[in-house]
Amino acid sequence: MMEGMSYGRAPRARKVDFGLLLSYLFLVLYGWLNIYSAVYSEEHASILDFSQRYGLQFIWIMISFGVAIILLYIISPKNLAPLSPLFYLAMLVLLAAVIFLGKEVNGSRSWFFIGSFGFQPAEFSKITTALLLSFIMSRYGFSLSNRKDAVKAALVVLVPILLIVMEKETGSALVYLGLILVFYMEGLAGWVIVLGLSLIAMFVLTIALSPLTAIVCALSAACIIRFFLSRRLVWLLTAIPVIVLICYIPKLSALESLGFLKALKPQVWALILFVPHFILWVRDFLAKRDERGSGRLILSLMCAVAMVFSVNFIFTKVLQPHQRARIENLFGITEDLQGIGYNVHQSKIAIGSGGLVGKGFLNGTQTKYNFVPEQSTDFIFCTVGEEWGFVGSIVLLAVYIFLILRIIHLASRNQDSFSRIYGYCVASIFLMHVVINIGMTMGLLPVIGIPLPFLSYGGSGMMSFTILLFIFIRLDMERQNRDADLV
Amino acid sequence: MDKKVLLTAGIIIVAICLAARLFYLQIIDERYKVNANNNALLYQTKYPARGEIRDRNGNILVGNKTTYDIMVTPIDLREFDTVDFCLTFHIDIDNVRKKLKYYRENRRKIGYQTFTFIKQVPSEYYSHFAEKAYKFPGFYAISRTARVYPYNAGASLYGYINEADSAYLADNPEYRRGDYVGITGIERSYEDVLRGKKGYNIMVRDVHNRIRQSFRNGEMDVEAEPGKDLTASIDGSLQQYGERLMQNKVGSIVAIEPSTGEILAIVSAPGLTVEDLSNIRKEYGRLVMDPYKPMFNRAVMSAYPPGSVFKTVNALIAQQMGVINPETRFSCSRGFYYAGGKMGCHGHRSPLNLKESIMMSCNAYYANVFRAMMKNPDHQPISEAFDYWKEQVMKFGIGTKLGSDFPAELQGNLPSTKTYDKIHGKGRWNAFNILSLAIGQGEVGATPLQIANVAAIIANKGYYIIPHLIKDAPDSLRRAKYTEKHWVGVDKEHFDPVIEGMYLAVNAPPGAGGTSRRAYISDIEVCGKTGTAQNPHGRDNSVFMCFAPRENPKIAVCVYLENSGAGGTWAAPVASLIVEKYLKGEVERKDLEQYVEQANLKANVPVKRKK
Repeated sequence: MMEGMSYGRAPRARKVDFGLLLSYLFLVLYGWLNIYSAVYSEEHASILDFSQRYGLQFIWIMISFGVAIILLYIISPKNLAPLSPLFYLAMLVLLAAVIFLGKEVNGSRSWFFIGSFGFQPAEFSKITTALLLSFIMSRYGFSLSNRKDAVKAALVVLVPILLIVMEKETGSALVYLGLILVFYMEGLAGWVIVLGLSLIAMFVLTIALSPLTAIVCALSAACIIRFFLSRRLVWLLTAIPVIVLICYIPKLSALESLGFLKALKPQVWALILFVPHFILWVRDFLAKRDERGSGRLILSLMCAVAMVFSVNFIFTKVLQPHQRARIENLFGITEDLQGIGYNVHQSKIAIGSGGLVGKGFLNGTQTKYNFVPEQSTDFIFCTVGEEWGFVGSIVLLAVYIFLILRIIHLASRNQDSFSRIYGYCVASIFLMHVVINIGMTMGLLPVIGIPLPFLSYGGSGMMSFTILLFIFIRLDMERQNRDADLV
Repeated sequence: MDKKVLLTAGIIIVAICLAARLFYLQIIDERYKVNANNNALLYQTKYPARGEIRDRNGNILVGNKTTYDIMVTPIDLREFDTVDFCLTFHIDIDNVRKKLKYYRENRRKIGYQTFTFIKQVPSEYYSHFAEKAYKFPGFYAISRTARVYPYNAGASLYGYINEADSAYLADNPEYRRGDYVGITGIERSYEDVLRGKKGYNIMVRDVHNRIRQSFRNGEMDVEAEPGKDLTASIDGSLQQYGERLMQNKVGSIVAIEPSTGEILAIVSAPGLTVEDLSNIRKEYGRLVMDPYKPMFNRAVMSAYPPGSVFKTVNALIAQQMGVINPETRFSCSRGFYYAGGKMGCHGHRSPLNLKESIMMSCNAYYANVFRAMMKNPDHQPISEAFDYWKEQVMKFGIGTKLGSDFPAELQGNLPSTKTYDKIHGKGRWNAFNILSLAIGQGEVGATPLQIANVAAIIANKGYYIIPHLIKDAPDSLRRAKYTEKHWVGVDKEHFDPVIEGMYLAVNAPPGAGGTSRRAYISDIEVCGKTGTAQNPHGRDNSVFMCFAPRENPKIAVCVYLENSGAGGTWAAPVASLIVEKYLKGEVERKDLEQYVEQANLKANVPVKRKK
């Protein structure tokens, strides 16, 4: 079909992606029911009591629906794309202003109050950041391998992170780190992600076990990967059992007489075995006799070891005392069920008590009487776990994963790079929120106070997540139209 | 590999991790299900009965009676007949209305909390309440025990119990608000033994926080473990008798069994009555304001100058030092004269040997003895001689806490060279400046407990066991502490002249010059020593210490009466009656008993009345 002919045709019926829309409606409704249950008391039994949180949340939901309809049928976000630098800058101003003008809530300065309604710029800046990032990266000639472009893109993400950290909303700032997935999808080398993940793993190993164990793990991982790269697999498969065996020989009770050997930890043995290998490897590499990829591997290993030694610094100097305490609590280094560990412990109890099918709507006992603080906001997942059980929780998790994967799928199909990149942004933001929040309530991750999208109580969150999602749905609608036009 | 596939795979792996954790928490791990119950269950505390205290003959000194605390859960309150309620408990209606109003106004803040509404309701009121409890929803009773004291004696040593205050709770995290704790006396020293262990009933709450029923028919309930009983070394009837003798007097009696260190009776007058103990919360203000300070346990806290009874200690130390022997004689012409002063003495024949000096309590003799100790060529200069002397005195338990199980015990006074350096200037004092120590005056202060302990040391010829109140402390640490012999470092033979002197003081024929004739009991060989200690506030204090019988002593006594004149006049007869009562069970000298009982020596005691 010729391009020009489409002008004369009546606009086609645009199609909203039903999968996304249904997931959205499900999450919003499910969230609202759970807020009702979490706050429920006999005194305020009506579900539309506007003095209570579920009543207010209802108002927010209605407003969000309105905004969603506007985004779907009235304003095209595509037309607004060129304005995204403007939105972005305006939001930066708000983010900075709130540090000085905002009201302190729970130790962070991230809220503006207009009357009794609070407004959290950090929630909305996710939208503007996503828009600007998509705008910049979709411009003609942009390439991540171009250093200037890469720095520009990184700055777009880092500036709001800096401001939000200054607001002491570290949790929200962490969400932005998820945008690295966008860079990955748009050309960033995979090993950067692997390196990032392994650095996190090093941090965890160092704190949870010991620095020595962490170094041994890093060394052995590097050696194993080296063998993989050089395809000397047989060698590897025989080497590993031998090494493990040698490491644990001193533990055998038969060697009573060699007490000094017994005193040595297996990790020390492993180190003794691995270090010479590593030195030989570096010598080979410097003599350019080694296989490809070794440089990166050695560099990563160096980074990992450096990480081990900087853990102490990060832990004592960079992290705030309460963050430190939360991490220590997570790894069971300190157990303080009455203090810092209280939330998570109560939360685990609530979720655990739900069992397979839960206690039923409004029948949770743990999420009432304030056993779990913040139960309608950051810890709303407890109510789900307790009242709807494993089944209800898995359904919720499945819907989230469906939503995220669906966005990635739709985005990747989009020819328009702005829409595609924006889709990746939305998916990674949702992913971070869901994983961090649910992981936190189940005691898998340290307590990081960020909301569960569409479920947690709060107007700012509900609005910003809705806008984030519906801009994408609209962009996707336009893709369908364009695809249809091309037929 | 396709990046989209990799990303999708990564997300699915993360999701599986989350799902696995969910599965673990909700399906596999039973721990959290039990815990969840803990939250929805209500633990009603069951309070243990405190251990009872019996005397050495098995009579109950401190027992228990059941009382009830009425608890209220304001959210469960419904309309009820307040007049009926008040009549049931015999309480004032205004107070009830005030509390109910408070609950109504603060119902949001209170939520599901429970409070104590009325404390220590006697069981007869409780049984009325139990019959009509259905009329008063929101109220329930929990049983507590309160102390009863069948013997009307010994209140000062039992001590009282009260609800733990905030300071105590902060130091002792195992206690909760509302728990009773021993504040003074035995109740405090043996708190760990007496308190017992709390138990609980587990009740199930429903989703509306209403208490439904007992959890699993009570199979998980824990019974309260009552506190352990204690046997006091006290002889209840002796204690009672001592308190009777001490009425209208100010001072103390301490009686110890020398061979074991067990305290047989310990009286501080005026002291607490058992009624005061039972109603300590009501009486506390009055007791604190009383000018005779009944809360102040003179027997273990008051540092009195021991007076002439201290001569026995100097006699023993001097013999051990080798500066005197039993036949050393010093002359006395109604006193001891030295450059710049005189220490007076009463008329008696002269010169005296050691045992006679004790018998007649010659001041000049001990001035000479003390000077000899200070000039002892083995320890010079005088500061060194003094330090050496002090060290020996402290072995007798003077100037140091004995370590009895009386929590309020004080150490008394014993001066150091520093004290005198301060008064006279370093190196500018000599034996005469501190001569009053020779006769137990001046800077030395001993508690009646310490004086009684000296009597026990003499009775034992050289050692004491730390005086204590409880015979059967369950822990080995305390058992070891209260069986260990503390030797005072004076050889056994040196005690003989002192004991002989003390024997003669009581038993020498009238006219021979014995100072303690009034302690004489025809069929018991009492050995005693009087003391008349100067008191800057009014008349002299009357002091007497003794032990009996002479062979194989069963009791050592110290009697200390404030402002009551010479030791022989009042303290000696009191001690003698105590000895007779303990050894014979009954006092035959009824006229002496009556004479002592009726004497009002309190009037001599100057008191400062508080405004």
